[in-house]
Amino acid sequence: MSEFFHMGGYALYVWLSYAVAAVILIANIVIPKLQHKRMLKTLTKKMLRAEQLK
Amino acid sequence: MTPARKKRIFLIVLMVAGVSIATGFALKAFNENLMFFFSVTDTVKGKAPATKDFRLGGMVVNGSVKRDAGSLAVSFQLTDNAEVISVYYDGILPDLFREGQGIISKGKLRSDGVFVADEVLAKHDENYMPPEVADSMKVKK
Amino acid sequence: MMKFIHKTASPPYFYQLSGRWIPWLAGITVLLLLAGLYGGLIVAPTDYQQGESYRIIFIHVPAAWMSLFVYIAMAVAGAIGLIWRIKLAESVAVCSAPIGAGFTLLALITGSMWGKPMWGAWWVWDARLTSELLLLFLYFGVMSLYAAIADKRVASRAVALLALVGVVNIPVIHYSVEWWNTLHQGPTIAKFDKPSIDLRMLIPLLIMATAFKFYYVWALLLRVRVELLERERNTQWVKLLLKQLKG
Repeated sequence: MSEFFHMGGYALYVWLSYAVAAVILIANIVIPKLQHKRMLKTLTKKMLRAEQLK
Repeated sequence: MTPARKKRIFLIVLMVAGVSIATGFALKAFNENLMFFFSVTDTVKGKAPATKDFRLGGMVVNGSVKRDAGSLAVSFQLTDNAEVISVYYDGILPDLFREGQGIISKGKLRSDGVFVADEVLAKHDENYMPPEVADSMKVKK
Repeated sequence: MMKFIHKTASPPYFYQLSGRWIPWLAGITVLLLLAGLYGGLIVAPTDYQQGESYRIIFIHVPAAWMSLFVYIAMAVAGAIGLIWRIKLAESVAVCSAPIGAGFTLLALITGSMWGKPMWGAWWVWDARLTSELLLLFLYFGVMSLYAAIADKRVASRAVALLALVGVVNIPVIHYSVEWWNTLHQGPTIAKFDKPSIDLRMLIPLLIMATAFKFYYVWALLLRVRVELLERERNTQWVKLLLKQLKG
């Protein structure tokens, strides 16, 4: 098992590559999800305000 | 399709074609500068700059690597299967450096024809296989 | 045919449809990624020349392929938006840019991580690496141009033109290793006659590449939905949707 993590002496390069991949790929999923939530919230708020003014 | 759309398609095609042709000419003009290294034959023929630093690429000749016992200095020969140049280098070699390996060295040509490198990079091929397969292929050759 | 396209591409319909696709895309992507990682990190044998360091290939090569693929998709969507003025195509083009930039960045960083131990350098200015860096700046250019123009329909047109101009870089990246002397090696998979990669390495590589494709569609739909909501904020369907959500 430790041999697997050692990667024949290239552990730093290999695991750092996979870590960077994880960060970038997850970021491009999480960011639009948060934006979506925020967008629905602000649009709902605006709609309610507009209705109150009527 | 409406005439307006036809016109837009035409303009887009025209634009992409124009940019492609311009880029093509530019790349052709700078072709020499886009070459990352000079081959051994080019260097022997005097095509490489004589006074400036340049990169020299080739294969390390089998049995030519001589390491200095007391330091990192190493000398070896590079070939492109047509000509041979001797290279002297004092520094850390990449992991892939070995005899028969393609490498690229940066440095200057000394007056005696020896290439003095201050950087050596290994160029690997596009083949990926386990050691057993590589061994069996060597036997076949 | 055109009727079908216009119906599917209409923002309210597409918003609803994509919402149903997303869980499936997410599931397929994760399953493929797990299979690819298992094949690449555990099943695939050690390389004869590069030892274990070559395992970066399972990230690097699919990411580099996707950096080109997403760019072409962005340019094509941009052209469709320019010609037929389809809102959905405009959104697809714009939303592809950050995902493509992510893939390009990933290809560059993993390439660097691979170059240092094998070549002996983090970075060299050879034709392949330089043209790929130019691709990253093209993506950044598209993103900042879109952000800089307030009218989003005008912005979409400007962005589509920039994307189309940048298309010329794609063949340059692809053929750079053949047209010029580079430190980067030639393509491994392009030669269909005799694949120069062991089958146990090739299969996880192709699985990872497929996983990245599904990932792209997944990430793209997430972004397009936000973009559609923003652009259509004053329309009836968005108001209806908000009322439904409020319950």
